[in-house]
Amino acid sequence: MTIAATRAESSAFVRTLDTVRHYPLATLGALILVTIVVAALCAPWLWTADPTALAPTRRLRPPSEANWLGTDHLGRDVWSRLVHGARVSLLVGLAVAVLSVAIGLVIGLVAGFIRWLDAVVMRIMDGLMAIPGILLAIALVSVSGASTFTVIVAIMVPEIPRVVRLVRAVVLSVREEPYVEAATAVGTPLYLTLIRHVLPNCIPPLIVQATYICASAMLTEAILSFLGAGTPPTIPSWGNMIAEGRLLFQIAPWNILWPGIALALTILAVNVLGDGLRDRLDPRIAKRM
Amino acid sequence: MWWFILQRIVATIPVMGVVALVVFFMLRLSGDPAAILAGDTATQEQIAGIRTALGLDQPIHIQFFTWIWQIVRGDLGVSLFTGLPVTTLIAQRLEPTVMLATTTIIFSVIVAVPLGVLAAWKAGTWIDRAVMILAVIGFSVPVFVMGYFLIFGFAINLRWFPVQGYTSPFVDFARFTNQIVLPTLTLSAIYIALIARITRASVIEVLNEDYIRTARAKGQIERRVLFVHALKNAAVPIVTVIGLGIALLIGGVVVTESVYNIPGLGRLVVDAITRRDYPIIQGLILFFAFVYILLNLIIDLIYTMVDPRIRY
Repeated sequence: MTIAATRAESSAFVRTLDTVRHYPLATLGALILVTIVVAALCAPWLWTADPTALAPTRRLRPPSEANWLGTDHLGRDVWSRLVHGARVSLLVGLAVAVLSVAIGLVIGLVAGFIRWLDAVVMRIMDGLMAIPGILLAIALVSVSGASTFTVIVAIMVPEIPRVVRLVRAVVLSVREEPYVEAATAVGTPLYLTLIRHVLPNCIPPLIVQATYICASAMLTEAILSFLGAGTPPTIPSWGNMIAEGRLLFQIAPWNILWPGIALALTILAVNVLGDGLRDRLDPRIAKRM
Repeated sequence: MWWFILQRIVATIPVMGVVALVVFFMLRLSGDPAAILAGDTATQEQIAGIRTALGLDQPIHIQFFTWIWQIVRGDLGVSLFTGLPVTTLIAQRLEPTVMLATTTIIFSVIVAVPLGVLAAWKAGTWIDRAVMILAVIGFSVPVFVMGYFLIFGFAINLRWFPVQGYTSPFVDFARFTNQIVLPTLTLSAIYIALIARITRASVIEVLNEDYIRTARAKGQIERRVLFVHALKNAAVPIVTVIGLGIALLIGGVVVTESVYNIPGLGRLVVDAITRRDYPIIQGLILFFAFVYILLNLIIDLIYTMVDPRIRY
């Protein structure tokens, strides 16, 4: 090993340590999140029983060695269902974040650059934003039937306007920059200008926004499931577990407490990570917030 | 001045129009609107009856304008389950929701604004960090999880408050107060988090201004500097976010009413979901969007009138 390589390695290590020291909360959030993601990926090896297997003789057992977190009103193992629920939440959170950012990015770029479209698009976005997101999602799910896919689409639609507004704001501030004018002057096609010169400016705030959308999507998914307009009740998601546990809350509170804690912790981890990313990637906004 | 107010009112019309378009096309994009409006148990004849009764066999633009005309006249359709007009149902359920929303907004502002000012004043210290961590937690704990935690702690274990229920303050004020405490706390968490964050941010910005230095230099007591000089000038973003946060509040109301068994508009939504009563869901979306737009318009108008810096 050469000296240069050692130095590079140690500086990478020092840099990591530095990040950890400057953003202790974000690091903690990232660690929690990694644990939950690993748990979700390894779910089939982690669960101690089939999360959907009914055992009518073993209903509402308190936590024990066989059922680490007890059983629910149908005798299903709460621990196994909890681990499975992580998959649902993370899938919905990730899918909504990626899809709404992708769609919002395209709409925002186009609206920011093509003036006559701008007014029309922004009025539509204002209208969408005036409808409370949860109600819009409830309506979309109840019209098109409950499935994981419709839930993702229903949560995504109300998130798009926020992305569009963000992207448009960046585009408007960049559009008058000399390097963009220069690109237009030498005859660069619009789509290339957008990709090469405008897009890179949108990435840092979008990464931050995506983490917030991910957190809020997990929250909305749980609320929809809880209200009976979300993930089909046969799929063990955290929202469904809480919805089913509420009737017997006074007898078996762990049926609500465990998924409640899991949900809150996951969303907290994502939000804290988002705050850290914002401070790191977007110091201008960070100063204001 | 009046010209400006008129302009602002006119500007909300396209937004309302888009809301109506979204609701209108949502029902039509997802298949046969007559079948959805008729519910799951309807026969072919019933569906056909609805189709002619609502004019769904007409061209789409005529359908839209007929529908808009109905809404403008205050007709939001008829519930499938009860057969009552949606407007009647909304009127019946309005009081509990308005009460809960009012107590929540008042409580949140009373708690969040001083917290935000304190965090801004002590920016960078552990007090500031503690407030901000509390705010992140407030954002992250889902409304219904917060509700059940509070019920578990304060209603079941400590027995301070009843588990569920609602009584009108005009019937029994003491009972109302007792029952509204936990729902208000539940619903306030996210709203407090939101307002405290914005208050902190905008006060920090204002604290760097010259007039704050002047106020301090002339020996003004610190409390007055913070709450009069700083807060007054930081008020616009705070008031704006209180208005925008009403969207969050409406979502939270649906869940909170469901957790605490409060017979308000939120329960109306949840019952409509389980009964697949689509006209109610549609009517409530229009109603809530209208309330949201109206409240934000009022907030906008108030601070343009109060704040001389805003020109029109």
